[in-house]
Amino acid sequence: MLTRYAGMLLVLAITLFPAVPALAAADTQAAPSVRSASKSTADHASFKILQQEFKSGPEVTRACLTCHTEAAKQVLRSKHWTWEFLNPTTQQRLGKKHVINNFCTAVPSNYAFCTACHVGYGWKDQNFDFGAQENVDCLVCHDTTGSYRKLPGLAGHPNYQDMEFPPKSGRIVKAPDLGKVARAVGKTSRDTCGACHFYGGGGDAVKHGDLDSSLEQPGKYLDVHMAKDGLNFTCGTCHLTSGHDVPGSRYAVTVAQSDTARMHMRGRQEGNPATCESCHGDKPHQHRQADRLNSHARKLACQTCHIPEFARAKPTKMMWDWSTVGRMDKDGKPYKLKDSSGYESYDSRKGHFAYESNVIPKYVWFNGEINYTLRETKLDPSQVIQINRFEGSPDDGRSKVWPIKRFVGKQPYDIGNNQLVVFHTWGPDDSALWTNFNWDKAIEFGMREIGAEYSGQFAFVSTEMSWPITHMVAPKEDALACKQCHTAPGRLDQVPGLYIPGRHGHALLDTLGWSFAGLALLGVIAHGAGRIVTSRRKEEQ
Amino acid sequence: MTERIYVFKRFERFWHWSQALLIITLMLTGFEIHGTYRLFGFESAVNTHTIAAWSLVTLWVFAIFWHFTTGEWKQYIPTFDKVGAMFRYYLTGIFTHAPHPFRQTTLRKHNPLQRLAYLGFWLVMSPLIWFSGWFYLFYDSWADWGVDAWLSLEWVAFFHTLGAFMILIFFIAHVYLATAGHTPTSHIKAMITGWEEVE
Repeated sequence: MLTRYAGMLLVLAITLFPAVPALAAADTQAAPSVRSASKSTADHASFKILQQEFKSGPEVTRACLTCHTEAAKQVLRSKHWTWEFLNPTTQQRLGKKHVINNFCTAVPSNYAFCTACHVGYGWKDQNFDFGAQENVDCLVCHDTTGSYRKLPGLAGHPNYQDMEFPPKSGRIVKAPDLGKVARAVGKTSRDTCGACHFYGGGGDAVKHGDLDSSLEQPGKYLDVHMAKDGLNFTCGTCHLTSGHDVPGSRYAVTVAQSDTARMHMRGRQEGNPATCESCHGDKPHQHRQADRLNSHARKLACQTCHIPEFARAKPTKMMWDWSTVGRMDKDGKPYKLKDSSGYESYDSRKGHFAYESNVIPKYVWFNGEINYTLRETKLDPSQVIQINRFEGSPDDGRSKVWPIKRFVGKQPYDIGNNQLVVFHTWGPDDSALWTNFNWDKAIEFGMREIGAEYSGQFAFVSTEMSWPITHMVAPKEDALACKQCHTAPGRLDQVPGLYIPGRHGHALLDTLGWSFAGLALLGVIAHGAGRIVTSRRKEEQ
Repeated sequence: MTERIYVFKRFERFWHWSQALLIITLMLTGFEIHGTYRLFGFESAVNTHTIAAWSLVTLWVFAIFWHFTTGEWKQYIPTFDKVGAMFRYYLTGIFTHAPHPFRQTTLRKHNPLQRLAYLGFWLVMSPLIWFSGWFYLFYDSWADWGVDAWLSLEWVAFFHTLGAFMILIFFIAHVYLATAGHTPTSHIKAMITGWEEVE
């Protein structure tokens, strides 16, 4: 009753008075109830060590570590910190530190920019100390205020003074009050994870297609698990983390999890909690057509039917052509173009783009193994280079058909050595591509930075990168219907090794079958006509 | 000079027409599932096909029981006697209004060609369609049955489609030959009323 009146008053207040103060008032009233609902046994606001004006991130971390003695040690072992992953199957050394992709391409020589998304402070060059616990950034994941932000160019630090960002934009990003942020720390949230993962590839929704800022407040249609008015999952509900080790990584995708692993538990050694099966099991359908659908699930990943399209709330980047960098307008200045939907289609610093919404995924057999084209890998530039090849086949007994986003692009490679190159995109020097639009300098600088040999000559090669689609699971009503694969044009028409009733058949049998049926029909028609003609003749006689 | 004899009993007629309805439904939905055209929509086609198949199974259980308890199964014992005459009749005699070489009686209601064709239906087409259909329907249980290692959906579908084409051709000939009795409608009337006019 009270809440209803409060709601009416709020509506009145919003209608009658300027909106902002009214909302602010409502916020402060709501806050204590939220806090008292928390099950935490500690209120950081009452911790003595946090009652101070912090001057820098590492100062905060030192304070955190006085109680959380093991936290930083755990983070130091995590991919979030090392940006490194040794694939146990392929022995390829992966992670942001090593991989060259076809978005922003590579981290080396651009550290201070890229490490805005590092869970640490101060990674500005190759000499970063990966063992320094005080450099772990606790706040970026545990902030609950929304005021803590790391800007590109500051090597993972937040801005300690108010700062214009982006440069020359006239927009001022206020320096966060570190003490206030520290006193309000809590669990990770969609906002903290999303601050980096929604913006991968240089902007909202750019990279994944199934991860973008629409997941901060998703409706049920967009994400049946994370919907605010539904189950209200956070990222951590599935990526059930133990000791700062976050399970579920696209570097080692769990393609199919057997029912024995069905247990959504923190810190299990076997199994991956961030899979559909860890909650739903491997026979997830219970109602209509349950057996038939469950047998589909033996060959199809859950995602194949239950994420019928990606980029359903915001368009995602599907193409990035670096080869057209550096075009200038008639005044000799860099410029930007937008497509008919208002999304960037050209930027002198970055080249051409294409964005798409509601994209139907590509479907591939996938067994979880991924082979990367690394910097050392020799290329065949006459082919489209697979930045990462998803392995799998219909016959290996461990693959499932998975939906993927296929991202295409063009990027520079070394003609002399037939290898991808690292180039220097950003930096306060005259070699950065975004400063000088000079590829020669940018590549030379980048290759020198990683100590790699460069022939001095480059060209552009077409590349392709695959991204597993696994987030933004639609409500079951929106899952693929039978006809979307079983009638033409079928979603899985191009996937080999499947017999799909309605799409496949035996061509010779069909030809012969219809021919004989046709002949039979013609035969009876001719026979019948003959009978009619002869009986008429007889009548005439 | 014509007379009327009672050839098809009430259960037989019920069996025939409900079977006709089910087989037509199965063909219409089956070829849609096969991808030949769109009519009901894939999902409804599958559901209808499944229901019709189970209905036909049930009907056949009764029909088989009926055939054995009444001894009517003997109507399908093949004979080559007069087969040549039947062929000649359909090829020439029917046009010159020669007398039908077979005289229908209550005890021998099928002519020799019918006997062979129906026997073919019972012994070739129906096992083919039922066995393949059974495996198709229970695809979900292959792993439990341990047959998934050597059975492929592709071949099950092949034989099911093969059976379907054979039944379609049978159906065309059957419907047409229903008009080839003593008069064009005498067979059809018999299948409705039970009484056939014979010479």
